[in-house]
Amino acid sequence: MTPKTVAIVGAAETTRLGVIPDMSQIQLHADAALNAMADAGLKPSDIDGVATAVETPQQIAHYLGITPSWVDGTSVGGCSFMIHVRHAAAAIASGLCKTVLITHGESGRSQVGRPPRAVPPSSLAGQFEQPFGPMGPPSLFPIPVLRYMKTYGVTHEQIAMVSVVQREWAGRNPRATFRDPITVEDVLNSRMIAYPFRLLQCCLVTDGGGALILTAADRAKDFPRKPVYILGTGESVETPMVSQMEDFTTSRAFRVAGPTAFREAGISHADVDHLMIYDAFAHLPLYGLEDLGFVPRGEAGRFIADRNTAPGGKLPVNTNGGGLSYMHSGMYGMYALQESVRQMRGIAPAQIPGARISVCHGVGGMFAASGTIIFGNEAP
Amino acid sequence: MLDPARARPQPTPETRHFWEGTKAGELRLQRCDACAKVYFPPRPFCPGCASRQVSVFPASGRGTLYSYVIHHRKVPGFTPPYAIAVVQLAEGPRMMSNIVDCPQTPEALELDMELEVAFEKLDDDITLPFFRPAKG
Repeated sequence: MTPKTVAIVGAAETTRLGVIPDMSQIQLHADAALNAMADAGLKPSDIDGVATAVETPQQIAHYLGITPSWVDGTSVGGCSFMIHVRHAAAAIASGLCKTVLITHGESGRSQVGRPPRAVPPSSLAGQFEQPFGPMGPPSLFPIPVLRYMKTYGVTHEQIAMVSVVQREWAGRNPRATFRDPITVEDVLNSRMIAYPFRLLQCCLVTDGGGALILTAADRAKDFPRKPVYILGTGESVETPMVSQMEDFTTSRAFRVAGPTAFREAGISHADVDHLMIYDAFAHLPLYGLEDLGFVPRGEAGRFIADRNTAPGGKLPVNTNGGGLSYMHSGMYGMYALQESVRQMRGIAPAQIPGARISVCHGVGGMFAASGTIIFGNEAP
Repeated sequence: MLDPARARPQPTPETRHFWEGTKAGELRLQRCDACAKVYFPPRPFCPGCASRQVSVFPASGRGTLYSYVIHHRKVPGFTPPYAIAVVQLAEGPRMMSNIVDCPQTPEALELDMELEVAFEKLDDDITLPFFRPAKG
């Protein structure tokens, strides 16, 4: 794509987040989409591109009354929405469409109108992982952690600090699910889920949704909100089976998506004011900080324990409280994007004063996929 | 016999040699005839160089403990806590498995400990490859 020519002009989450038993999954998409259209001052007839995951573009377009000339149904897990932003930016820049709506809705907790998530027994994961007792992400995602800890001498206490610091951010966010402060001892005494990870190192399970509207940067100034420009994007996939990752101490998909976005944006790490790293589980910020090159290999645990990512630290990370404390409906990427957009608009509950560049990094599946978006709030 | 509630693999034409192997007491891997890469999971071509000239061979069954979790939640066919492990095979690939004949504790499950394959029947058609501490 031609970089720096596309902007976010509409962004919103569902009116409520948390436990929403009175809405089915597709209505959560719609609630967020209607909020985003109101935010941008647009009607469904103004939208000519639709992207979504799990639900299909035809379901969303039909439900909202949109006749698209471009669709993207990339569905690679929770970072699908970062990848939608990348694809939409390329589509707008090349003239395939003008105004794209990206939607997410997920009844992760209430399970209303949510398609079943099953691993087919004839798939490779069904044959070579499922028979050994995994049950969803809490059993699979932490499998690489012990190898990472042994390789770099990272301690349980350092990893526990990820949850502690993110709860501090959540304490500043009225919409966060959990806001009361926690200590390292609280984390290490919480219920064991899958050693080495305990309850407070696993994401929430909630209901919600979010939506984004993108258009060409030269139109963006005509919209009511401060435009947020897309400076760089990246994507990749590695494996649908966590057991088959190339290296348990680093994600290949992260190492492709992140640097691709940085190159496209033409920025260095020192330019980054705000960072979102999709935290379904507490080790993901460690892998993200290292694989995106913010810290040397093996040093992310110490970097976080030394409060560099905490309120007042030099690199604010996951300022909404993250999947660990803010909300996590199952595919968290949309909420990370929303927080980056809020920070760039200057309206985040825990606003970073003067922030001009935000990096938003997502994971899909269990290190299966990745998408990175770099946002800026000054016209490129 | 293992608990029949455990998730049962459904072999496909490309993986049948593996499951016939476990039933016969062999851990069968594949090696590329062109570039010599040993790989897993099964497929009838080399994921390194795309050659379709590949051979099935019985692996040594030896490996080391690469990483694991000890799962504490209930799953059909399992009694928690139990380890879900990834084994580094001597021939190069890694595979998910369970560790048997060993306490399911962080103290007993030391990373890089030597392991050897141990087969257990799930039913008349499927035998699963597990690993136990190597007897030396």
